[in-house]
Amino acid sequence: MQSKALKPEEYFIEDEPYYQSIGDEIAIFEAAYKQSLPVLLKGPTGCGKTRFMEHMAWRLKRPLITVSCHDDLTASDLVGRFLISGGETVWVDGPLARSVRNGAICYLDEIVEARKDTTVVIHPLADDRRVLPMEKVGEIIEATPEFCLAISYNPGYQSVMKDLKQSTRQRFVALEFDYPDAALESEIIVKETGIDAATANLLVKFAHMTRDLKGSGLDEGASTRLLVHAAKLIHEGISPVVACKTAISQAITDDADMMVAMHELSSSLF
Amino acid sequence: MPRPALTYEEIIEQLDVYFDVEFTFIKSEDAAELIVQQTRSIQDFILDLSRRIAATNEELSFQFTLNAIRALEAMDQHMVEAWAMTATDNYDRKGLTPAMSVIRDLDNYVHTAHINACGAVLEEEISVLLPFVQGLSGRKLKIAEADDNMAYTDTETIYLPAITALLEESKDNFLIYKATVAFLWAQIQFGTFRLPFAEILDCDDPDSQLNKITTLEAIRLEACIKRELPGLYRDMQVLKKKTDGHKTSEQREQAYPDGWQRIINQLSADNASIEDTLKCIALIDEITYPAPCCYQGTFKLDQVAVVMSRRIEKEKAYFRIALSELAKESMKKNSDEQDDKEPVIDASTTFDIKTRDEQQQINSGTIELELEGELMPIPDHVRELMTSIIVDFGEIPPEHLHAAGPGEYDMKKYEDEMLNPNDVWQGTYHVEGAELYNEWNFKRQHYHKNWCVLRELEIEPEYDDFVDKTLEKHKGLLKSLRHTFEILRGEDKLLKKQVHGDDIDIDALVEAYGDVKSGMEMTDRLFTKMHKEERNVAVIFMVDMSGSTKGWINEAERESLILLCEVIQILGDRFAIYGFSGMTRTRCELFKIKAFDEEYDDEIKGRISNIQPKDYTRMGVFIRHMTRLFNEIDASTKLLITISDGKPDDYDTYRGEYGVEDTRQALYEAHRDGIHPYCITIDEEAREYLPHMYGAANYSVIDDVAQLPRKVSDIYRRLTT
Repeated sequence: MQSKALKPEEYFIEDEPYYQSIGDEIAIFEAAYKQSLPVLLKGPTGCGKTRFMEHMAWRLKRPLITVSCHDDLTASDLVGRFLISGGETVWVDGPLARSVRNGAICYLDEIVEARKDTTVVIHPLADDRRVLPMEKVGEIIEATPEFCLAISYNPGYQSVMKDLKQSTRQRFVALEFDYPDAALESEIIVKETGIDAATANLLVKFAHMTRDLKGSGLDEGASTRLLVHAAKLIHEGISPVVACKTAISQAITDDADMMVAMHELSSSLF
Repeated sequence: MPRPALTYEEIIEQLDVYFDVEFTFIKSEDAAELIVQQTRSIQDFILDLSRRIAATNEELSFQFTLNAIRALEAMDQHMVEAWAMTATDNYDRKGLTPAMSVIRDLDNYVHTAHINACGAVLEEEISVLLPFVQGLSGRKLKIAEADDNMAYTDTETIYLPAITALLEESKDNFLIYKATVAFLWAQIQFGTFRLPFAEILDCDDPDSQLNKITTLEAIRLEACIKRELPGLYRDMQVLKKKTDGHKTSEQREQAYPDGWQRIINQLSADNASIEDTLKCIALIDEITYPAPCCYQGTFKLDQVAVVMSRRIEKEKAYFRIALSELAKESMKKNSDEQDDKEPVIDASTTFDIKTRDEQQQINSGTIELELEGELMPIPDHVRELMTSIIVDFGEIPPEHLHAAGPGEYDMKKYEDEMLNPNDVWQGTYHVEGAELYNEWNFKRQHYHKNWCVLRELEIEPEYDDFVDKTLEKHKGLLKSLRHTFEILRGEDKLLKKQVHGDDIDIDALVEAYGDVKSGMEMTDRLFTKMHKEERNVAVIFMVDMSGSTKGWINEAERESLILLCEVIQILGDRFAIYGFSGMTRTRCELFKIKAFDEEYDDEIKGRISNIQPKDYTRMGVFIRHMTRLFNEIDASTKLLITISDGKPDDYDTYRGEYGVEDTRQALYEAHRDGIHPYCITIDEEAREYLPHMYGAANYSVIDDVAQLPRKVSDIYRRLTT
């Protein structure tokens, strides 16, 4: 069975991605989209930011082009570059240029990981100009009304070295995400994985225990994503304690004592 | 081929040296007669330990050799060594007599060692038990060793015995610890201590009342644990069966009497509370009750009462003050922007509680605070306070919801509870609030455990003209240093002939066309890439503040630090500065001049200006502390630079070879953790001992103190490029 290969701007999400809102984020995003305002998603890892973007892309019927930012990302990686093809130099659009030309939603994930001299490339798109200057080809592309720019980051990871400049962040409408409350998180796990509600409730309880340990030995508690992973393993017949160990404890810490403590917590629940 | 055993004369010759027989008059013959009968490897083992113990006390060593064979018959070599080190540790802490008793009472030690082997030791398990109890919801509890070997809680700390060895397997004994921690947590979490203390303690027969409460609460709390922690509940039932064997037959017969089913049903209900327990007391006729389980612990209501009343009062004050701050911020936001007047808040400003679960306030996570219909954002520290208050009361009491008026609380009353580190030296010292570090005894080839007591102290900034004068005095040097350091900053480098890159490498492309025309294959290395060099350096400067630095040296040290701070800013390296001094192992003082996360501002300059010579130089403990600080941060390069005027030297025995060897060991530990130590000294004799401590290439001796400011910056530049 072969996988499909599509151009990013042709990637329309056809099936509704399951997403449970935690507030009025859907309405706010839609309003921002209609007003051509860019959106900033803030929240811890695995709390639903990317799933939200997929849901909104499906809802708005636009292609979603995602870029995972890192500190080697250059402006050329976003805008485009000249390549050699058949003995000729040809210009190839980067994901940002493709999004602008095709009215896609461009989602820059973990924007603080990119260098600041790369991040400033998005400034003309993120204010009322909504243009992308491409100096190397001597062009300025005007964004279509359907184009939307979204960025995300985890404020908990901010260090002095990596933070979002005010000149960047003040161009965006910000939506704050967090882990859902216990009942909703449980519902999400059941829906995503098909396990029973009782097990889902215990998994959520375990997650809350790990979140209570943030700053007391753990950098982060278990995310909703990790709970889904653990639930999927349980659904396949793996014992809950082993699932918690492999999908959650070992993913969030390397400290031997913390792993033992988390094992003791999970074995107290299941 | 095994080496031949030592002869009697050879053994006597060694023992005479260890026991220093000329002065101690110890008769080595008695010991030699025992040792000569052993194999060479046993002889070497005993003689080596004897030598190490003799460095502490000759008589202790002699007694050890007399008992060593018997010890080897009862224990393996590892345990025998531990027994010997326990004796020397006892000598260090308590003196010769307690040390001798460890050697002479070998049977008791063997018995205890067996318990240690299969028992669970709190010191070893606490690193798991503490996060375990903190992961369970509610107040962040602490765990400590009980003085009286009991298990109990005062609602802030869970006290446990030092060792639990009720069962044969160590994992079962750990489970007893875990179950005890969970049970005592449940007492706090589910409101056991919302009972009327005065009524119980003042009644006719308080012991009988407490027994009844203990038994009934056990039913209620086990039901709570069954609901919240079903896995642990199952393990607790298994534990009960295993520990049943330790009960008398009379105790085993005391399972709940038949008539208790109604009580059990009532106390096992979802919403059963301590009030239901108290009501059920009246239903009990029996005089004797089921014996408590191994994990139930005991009540110490007097301690609970003291701790609770202090905490309740403090938390009420802090919470109401926090509400006052929230109300002020809300009013400022909502008021006319031009109005600069501070809003007046008093006790009539009342908040409301909104709960997502309309039935009851379950926990602080489901509660919102409202002021005049507006939802208030709740900061983390306020949520923690709410959690703790709800644990005590089951709700936020209405009287807590009034904001505090101005001056209503004297916060010093609560802040005074924080011990002033400087007061600790008045009277008997204590280790509360201090950090303990090991120290290496090179003669014993063993660490003194938790030997040094280190405290971090603040330096008050001195806002004088020292900094300005220093910058003026060294302005020429500073200009040149700035220029040099600017060159060192992260440079962009254009890499050519790359497989991937931002731009086309025209030179490479032209060459490639040429290759194709001449029949060769075209290379794919046709791009240029900008590579950014980024420094990722973290450095700690450890500055000697011993009394010997008084005068010129102190001034030179301070000037060096000012210049260093000015130029390190250019590089963007993370740096911290600490001064060290102290007197004896019980008073090791670390002065925070600049922490990693502090900006180099006027306050830091003021602290540098106020660096003053203090006492002595016990270096090992400070190096170990710096290693711990380094382990908390991420950096590709970690540098520990010591600026000192001499050898390690303290008021007690920390001098000479002992001090050098401990410092060397601490530096080795730092090096093992990826830290690069370096020493800058003005001690002319340093070349005799520094190579041994720091290594041949890791130190600089400055002959002229006046050159220190120039040299320190220069050395730093060399080290980090």
